[in-house]
This record gives sequence, structure tokens and C-alpha cells, in this order.
Amino acid sequence: MGLTITEKVLLSHTRDKEIYAGKFILADVDLALGNDITAPLAIKEFEKIGINKVFNRNKIALIPDHFTPAKDLASARQAKILANFAKKYRIIHYYEVGRMGIEHALLPELGLIKPGDLIIGADSHTCTYGALGAFATGVGSTDLAGVMAIGKVWLRVPESIKFIYYGKLNKWLTGKDIILYTIGDIGVDGALYKAMEFTGEVIRNLDMDGRFTICNMAIEAGGKSGIIEPDSFTLEYIREHQSTKVSVHQRDLKSDKDAKYTEIREYDVKNWKEPAVACPDLPSNIKPVSELKNIKIHQVVVGSCTNGRISDLRISAKILKGKKVHPEVRMIVIPATQNIYLQAVKEGLVEIFVKAGAVFSTPSCGPCLGGHLGILDKGERCISTTNRNFKGRMGHPESEVYLASPLVATASAIKGRIAHPEEVF
Amino acid sequence: MVIKGKALILGDDINTDLIIPARFLTTTSPEELGKNLFADSVINFSQKIEKGDIIVAGKNFGCGSSREHAPLAIKGAGISCVVALSFARIFFRNAINIGLPIIESKDAKEIKEGDDLEIDLQEGKVKNLTQNKIYTIQPFPEFLEELINQGGLMNWIKNLLLRS
Repeated sequence: MGLTITEKVLLSHTRDKEIYAGKFILADVDLALGNDITAPLAIKEFEKIGINKVFNRNKIALIPDHFTPAKDLASARQAKILANFAKKYRIIHYYEVGRMGIEHALLPELGLIKPGDLIIGADSHTCTYGALGAFATGVGSTDLAGVMAIGKVWLRVPESIKFIYYGKLNKWLTGKDIILYTIGDIGVDGALYKAMEFTGEVIRNLDMDGRFTICNMAIEAGGKSGIIEPDSFTLEYIREHQSTKVSVHQRDLKSDKDAKYTEIREYDVKNWKEPAVACPDLPSNIKPVSELKNIKIHQVVVGSCTNGRISDLRISAKILKGKKVHPEVRMIVIPATQNIYLQAVKEGLVEIFVKAGAVFSTPSCGPCLGGHLGILDKGERCISTTNRNFKGRMGHPESEVYLASPLVATASAIKGRIAHPEEVF
Repeated sequence: MVIKGKALILGDDINTDLIIPARFLTTTSPEELGKNLFADSVINFSQKIEKGDIIVAGKNFGCGSSREHAPLAIKGAGISCVVALSFARIFFRNAINIGLPIIESKDAKEIKEGDDLEIDLQEGKVKNLTQNKIYTIQPFPEFLEELINQGGLMNWIKNLLLRS
């Protein structure tokens, strides 16, 4: 019996001779990460067992990105715990405000993720790195503490579901729409405990930013991980961001033809005629955009680990150029990293946003989780390029979040209501 | 271990933002977190519960973010166990790692608000004293039993380091 790409990556990180879905393994970790919410708890647990060194100071990343720049005293204290720990243990990949970015955009950009790697993150959107052919999964703080101590993590080898996308994608659709329609199809627990393997011609033709968006939201279907087999796009991305070469083993990493899947789901993407919007209060509550055109909005967020990359900002600016944000709408644009910020400055995107009446923020997870930089009051409604629209996620329990691509979010900012991008182009 | 408590019924897809909203994540103290358990979704939840109460929920309990503050808040508020049709995987890991007893059972939907439950983890049985019924629960896989018996992940790691 052949192996899936996920099983191959996991097997190569154990001393085991065989691997199969359902098996419990103790796997070596290539990179473990935590942020200013999850790492303080991990550090507390780490220190509890009385050890005085980390397993490898080059394989731990600590990124204060959620409530930073510190939004209040309590968050400042949390961020300081990270800084102190990083200093004490001489952690190489600690990124202070001004050098940081949203972790899941930052680490690939820094060249820290390669095909075939095993990445553990105390953040549920760690699954993003599967876009580069890595096995990456979110865990809690105690798991991160364990990895910091011994460099290993316990995992149950997941079953895989294969998602194959055929056909030509409608010009207004993006990676975000692909993953939203998929979650809408299988539900928020449709891939519970499973690896989601994305493939087919549509994925092959999709740029890396679109692939990051897709793998990022695997967790929204309950998935343990999302993964895409590496190809020429992956290798080009790695070449751009890393000095080290990709080995033949990493380059040719693929699922075997006779690998076992619990399910294979095929989509003809031409059936998706319009961009998707996830309505409150679940990412699976999907409607085509034209059914929502009478929904008035008060806020728009373009950013996050899902859609805060340069191509997201480019398309948003392209739509917004020469137009204005609706007088009754706040538009908040958040580049995911400092590099993306700088690139947006160089390309003149920031000028477009500011002239249109939008805010251009420093990198932060901020409003996505109702942290800061755009909290909703009672009765307010936001259309956002982020990943979750749970009740009260962005602020007051009686506020609402709609999830969409940067195209739909930006068109809505101009119209003051949920809008199809073709209405403003 | 035998757990006794009154059932508190919750629905499907209870996410970690509902369990503990992000604005309360600036502490790691279970007791502090417990005060704000379900702060935005259930009015006065933390005052309503009695020590030892058991949460009984539908499918996909604990979905969403990886915040370990969610099981910590549940534990800190004095909840003794969570019974659900299914758990989201990060919540499942976190609960095991921090020693919050959780039980996956298809019989969860038979349990009603306020039912008196008696759970015997060793025997693998949930007794519904109010309805006079006994539900059998599947044992955890061997590895997870080992983690639970050693008192959670960090104790397991400590023992591993002591052995090597």
C-alpha cells in the first residue's frame, strides 16, 4: 500500500519502520512556534518541570503578533514574557515589533519552512505552511512547552481526504473562494482530525499566496492539516526566500498513486459562478455574494494570516484606486509583515488606501480575534478577509462578521454594503 | 476516578471564542479565566455552575482557535468533566495535556439539563442517575491512557527525561 504525502512526511520524522492512519507516533519537530497569547502559558509549563535548556534554540520561533504593539498593560506583560524567555535561552527566531509580522505570513517569508518539514505551532492556523508541502498543525501551549523541552511531539497519524479541483476559475474568484466553498460543502467538522490534501489543475495554476490562504483555513473544516504537493511554484517561492537548496527528496515529495484516502472529493470550479461569502456565525455558512447585496456594513478588514499578503493588498488597491471608501464605512488594511508593508509603500499601494479613506496599520492579528485595531460595537457588521466569524469574534456578541476575499471586501467598502467586485470595477 | 455532577447542556460547534473570548486571554491563571467562562454567550454562566458540574455538548466541541485557555477556563470554573458527541482536535489534545477529563459519547444527546451524572473513567461508564440509564464509553487509546495516568503531558515528559 502506498503512502500519502502526509504519511511520508510524518514517517521521515520518526524512527518507526512503518506508518498508517491511526497510529500514535512521537515525531521530531523542525520548527515550533508560539505567539504572545499562547507562548506565555507554554513558558509557564516549560519552567514548571525544572529544565534549564531548550531542545534547539534555532528551531523555536516566538512571535508577538496578536495583541501587539501591546494594546494594554496585560498584553505588554505577556509580550515581555516572550522577550525575556527569548533572551534567556538565546532564541534565534524571536521577532520584536518593527521586525515582526503575523506568524504564518512571516515564517515562510523568512525562509524557515521547506517541503517535507514538520512544523508545530501553538496557534490553530499553523496549518498554513502545508502550502509549501510541509506537515504543519496547530496545538496548544502545553504541547509547545513539550516540544521546546524535547523537540518531539505526540501525534496520531491522520487519515487523509483528497480534494481535487478541475476547470477554470471564474475571474472574480480566488483561493479564498475555493476554501470557503469547500468548507461550505463539508462543514466545520467535515475534515475533523484529518489531513486535507488539495490538488488538481486549479491548485496547480494557483499562486503561492492563494495556496497559503487555502491551507490556512483547513482548521475551519476541523482539519488537522492542509497540504499541497510541492511543484515549480513552490520551488520558485523557496528560491526567492531561502539561501538553502531544496533536496531532491523534498522536491519530489508526492502522494503515492495507491495511497489510501478516506474520501476523495472532486469539484468542477466552473459551477462556482460568483465569489463566496461566509455569513455569521460559522465559516461554513456560505452564500454567493449576489444573495447578500442588501446587507449594509460598518467596517471592512483586509488583512490577517489568511489574506494579508502582498497580492491581497495589490488587488484591494487596484479596486480602490481613484475611488472612496463609503462615508459610513471604516476600512482597515493590515499588511501581514513588515516586508509586505514596505512593498506596499514602494508600489504606491499605501497612497491609494490612504487617499481612498482607509486606515493602513502596522502588522498585527488585531481585529481578527477581537483583540484591538478595529473592535465592533453592538449591532455593527464587518466584512473581513479573516478566517472566523463566530459570534462575538470581532467584538460585541451582537456584532456580525462576514468572511470573503479581498475583492469582495474592498468592493463592499466602496458600496457600503456587501458587493460583487464587478459592481465597482 | 469517579466524577459526580449535574449536567449543563450546550449545543454543537461550541467554539473557543465562546468558551473564553479573546479579550480575556491576557492571563494564564485558570481561576481568573474561569470567571469569564462563556462570558459573552451565557449570562452569568460562571455564577450558575456548581463545583463539579459536567458540561454535556453536541458535536465538534472546542472548535476554532488553539487557546489552551479554553480548557483551563473550564477547569478553573470548577467543571469536572466535558462529555460531547465529538471534540475538535486541538481542544481534545489540550484537555488531555492539562488533565481535564473529557468523554466522547454518542449517548451525550440523551442527557438532559440538570441530570445527575456519575462517571467512572476506569470502568468506562456514565451513569445517568436521573434517568436511571448507563452509557458505555470507549476507552482512550493506550498512549493517551499513559498520558492521562501520568498526570498530563509535562509530567510524562519529566518522566521521559528522568528515564533517559
